[in-house]
Amino acid sequence: MIYLDNAATTYHKPQQVIDAVVSAMQGMGNSSRGSHSGALKAARTVYDARCKAAALFGCDDPSRVVFTANSTEALNIAISGLFAAGDHIISTDLEHNSVLRPLYRLQAEQGVSLDFVRADKQGCVDYADFERLIRPETKAIVCNHASNLTGNMLDLARIGAVCKAHGLLLIVDASQTAGCVPIDMKSMGISVLCFTGHKGLYGPQGTGGMCIAEGVEIRPFKVGGSGVQSFSKTQPVQYPTRLEAGTLNGHGIAGLSAAFDFIAETGVETIHAKEIALMRRFYEGVKDVDGVTVYGDFSTDARAAIVALNIKDYESGEVSDELSETYGIATRPGAHCAPRMHEALGTVEQGAVRFSFSYFNRSDEVDAAVAAVKEIAE
Amino acid sequence: MREKKLRLIITFHTTTDAMAFEKHCLAAGLPGRLIPVPTSITAGCGMSWMADPADRAALEDAIQKDALKVDALYEVVH
Repeated sequence: MIYLDNAATTYHKPQQVIDAVVSAMQGMGNSSRGSHSGALKAARTVYDARCKAAALFGCDDPSRVVFTANSTEALNIAISGLFAAGDHIISTDLEHNSVLRPLYRLQAEQGVSLDFVRADKQGCVDYADFERLIRPETKAIVCNHASNLTGNMLDLARIGAVCKAHGLLLIVDASQTAGCVPIDMKSMGISVLCFTGHKGLYGPQGTGGMCIAEGVEIRPFKVGGSGVQSFSKTQPVQYPTRLEAGTLNGHGIAGLSAAFDFIAETGVETIHAKEIALMRRFYEGVKDVDGVTVYGDFSTDARAAIVALNIKDYESGEVSDELSETYGIATRPGAHCAPRMHEALGTVEQGAVRFSFSYFNRSDEVDAAVAAVKEIAE
Repeated sequence: MREKKLRLIITFHTTTDAMAFEKHCLAAGLPGRLIPVPTSITAGCGMSWMADPADRAALEDAIQKDALKVDALYEVVH
């Protein structure tokens, strides 16, 4: 199989990630549950992973790195734990349902109001819209770093400057960029960075987390076992315990920790450059093919390695199935959990076929995908 | 059971703080090890750093100098 669905999850994982998970499953206790050697091994493993995440994302304090099951959970914790009735939040058309649905729920159940920065037919935003939408009751901007459909990237430093000027929180969904695009919380002005472990970080599924800036206080989403302060009727107030009730995915976090090592050893810039080169090779190969429509802004390399397209008026699911069955190429059709982005692109009915590239793809795989698209378009 | 004697016990608010403390002490060659918090201090179930009371000054110095997060220091028979 030629796997070009890396925006859903990266398929090829570094061997050191696999080895770390196996090693953890062969002998690791439960972090924060006792002080025997097995429990301490788990606690040390989790703490090391916190330190590595903090270093990668420019978070000063490892205790403000909270592990979750994925970025959806991290976003739910942040969005449900920071706002109150009457607050106003700004988001964008680029968002995944992991941002949209928690926001819509706040709107329906807690009287929070929302506004969205609109995207044009290329999936681009007008940055002046962020400022235009700010009201006295605005509390935050919640947005992704890159669209999971077009790959278009938002300029977080620019949005962060708007947030700083108006005293707003900036909550970021870095699902498509963590590990493959440089992120620095401080220089970008990010209040809460939500990431998943199984995409650009090349870690196991079921891992992810959030980095929380100094001064940002999030109410617990869930409460329960913490391994400390057991006779307190309330969840400990200290991070990360405040937001980590229940046993952590220690085996997965061991793999994530090894994934952080792989990212550090390889270099985020190196990974991004290779992924973008593969994306460019594919884009250049298909953009002028008769009957092929490519979505997104390819005028810059400041983007995620994603190419979404349609062929003629073919249903995207049929094209993806043809790619899989006839050519052995894995892609993602349909709506990609990004309803507003499809509305902006005008692809609600047809959906789109998404090709997404990883550091482990090769140029011959890209060439095979280009050839397949050309044949289907004939 | 081991013989009880006077120990220095350092407690923490979270396991993360305990891990940070242990990592620092191991790197700096400071004495002690992590144990369950003695019930004479708290009925909770967290972990604490146990050392010889003679090492208190060195550990307090590290806590101050390197801004290590601890809850409290105790000297108890344990």
